[in-house]
Amino acid sequence: MIWLNVVIQGVLVGGFYALFACGLSLMFGVMRVINLAHGDMAVVAAYVAVFLTPHAHIPEVWAFVVVAPLFGVVGYVVQRTLIQKSIDRDPFTTLLVTFGLSVIIENLLLEIYSSNGQIVNVGELIVKSWHPQSIIYISYVSLAVLAAAVAVLGLLQVFLSKSGTGRLIRAVADDHEAAQLSGTNYRHIFGIAGAIAFATVALAGISYGMMTEFAPTSGGVNLLFAFETVVIGGIGSLWGTLVGGIALGIAQQFGAHINPEYQVLAGNILFLVVLAVRPEGLFGKRTALA
Amino acid sequence: MPLLQLEGVSKKFGQVVVGQEITFQLDEGAAVGIVGPNGAGKTSLFAMISGDVKPDAGEIEYDGHKLAHLSQAARARLGIGRTYQVPRPFEHMTVFENALLAAQQGARTRGHASYVLAYDSLSRTGVADFANVSAGSLALMHRKRLELARALAMRPRILLLDEIAGGLTDLEVNDLTSIIRGLRAEGIAVLWIEHVVRALLSTVDRLLCLSSGAIIADGDPKEVMASEAVRSIYLGGKIINTLNV
Repeated sequence: MIWLNVVIQGVLVGGFYALFACGLSLMFGVMRVINLAHGDMAVVAAYVAVFLTPHAHIPEVWAFVVVAPLFGVVGYVVQRTLIQKSIDRDPFTTLLVTFGLSVIIENLLLEIYSSNGQIVNVGELIVKSWHPQSIIYISYVSLAVLAAAVAVLGLLQVFLSKSGTGRLIRAVADDHEAAQLSGTNYRHIFGIAGAIAFATVALAGISYGMMTEFAPTSGGVNLLFAFETVVIGGIGSLWGTLVGGIALGIAQQFGAHINPEYQVLAGNILFLVVLAVRPEGLFGKRTALA
Repeated sequence: MPLLQLEGVSKKFGQVVVGQEITFQLDEGAAVGIVGPNGAGKTSLFAMISGDVKPDAGEIEYDGHKLAHLSQAARARLGIGRTYQVPRPFEHMTVFENALLAAQQGARTRGHASYVLAYDSLSRTGVADFANVSAGSLALMHRKRLELARALAMRPRILLLDEIAGGLTDLEVNDLTSIIRGLRAEGIAVLWIEHVVRALLSTVDRLLCLSSGAIIADGDPKEVMASEAVRSIYLGGKIINTLNV
């Protein structure tokens, strides 16, 4: 029963990792951009939820309704300007630019909000959980985040495979030059993919703030877990991202159960094993979006 | 007014000259072939017309539009269709989706009309049977046909064909050539780079020969092939120069 609980907790945290990694996976899958500011954008979303949405008389728990679309707009603009300009220069420039962005964001947040920890206030809900067995506790917040992850990845999958815009995103992911030759303005499509990635990262950031305390520097470690999730699951595969997140979550919980210090180590070991045995990831197809 | 007009178009990649004052016109519905040794600047010429590469000097006009400030996508929507030497289908999409995307983005059709146009271009190029197959699994001949279908689905007024017959068997070349002749008969202009000269001569009514980025012959296909300048390029003499390029 103890091990069952370990698995359940792993699945719950894995849902969060998947939600967090989904935007990273999308930006790499479509634009071939590794956004090193991905984790920091999530933290910004959490700060916006805590400090700005109350001014609009929106409870923090509902902040995502406003912050996700807002981040979608920001994502489109950042992609069309800063990131597109770096892509046009050369692929390595995107690494430098997003790294610079990450440093700037962290320091701005420190300057404005100090290094004190914050949480997204969800009221009583934070301590409520479902308690089906003596030692199994399923936190409602974690369950909601897992459900959000499944819903976001599922909707994204349907959007990419069924809609016209989704088809365009898959086409530019495959070969953006050939897509242009068919009359597609690939920069606009990159912008749409950027908007989706940023909107999902806003959801992830607010979820994070609901589950635990965050500070301006919280982005980095989450970015690492997001990377591991994407690599384990397979780059560009959305369901792979979910499985990757859950696998990472379970590995970490097993490690933590043996010794709390082994939590991150166990995740890293799984990551290295997958890299060694199956470099394209569990669901990876080596290129483009599934 | 000619459909396509190039005026003094020049381009260098470092020290390599791929375009030297290229000037020519192409009328609506005309079929013109381009030959020349490797490195002569044939594909670069297509890249400059389709907007992939910017000329250093000169001007390209299409249907009265100056192309210089138009993006590749905008040029495609105006009716400039291009096929690549090595076909570049969207490998992770079905054959039908490949054509549908061109019908919707290039020809600006929507809904039912776009489906009809996509299917029609696939059947005209003989790949409709593969509509639901992943484009990545196609063999070379079918990839080339899909490449053509995708260009057709944009309702082009001119097709830039880059060695579409290369790497195919004689029988396949014949099939493809008859498809292209059919398109020409419908009034689509064709500008065709090809090493398989036999395929060209059966289709085009004018031939250009490029060498080191310059047009060295332009006229009746048989006369161009028989001309001293072209023969010396293919059979010796200047070949040493072109190898240096």
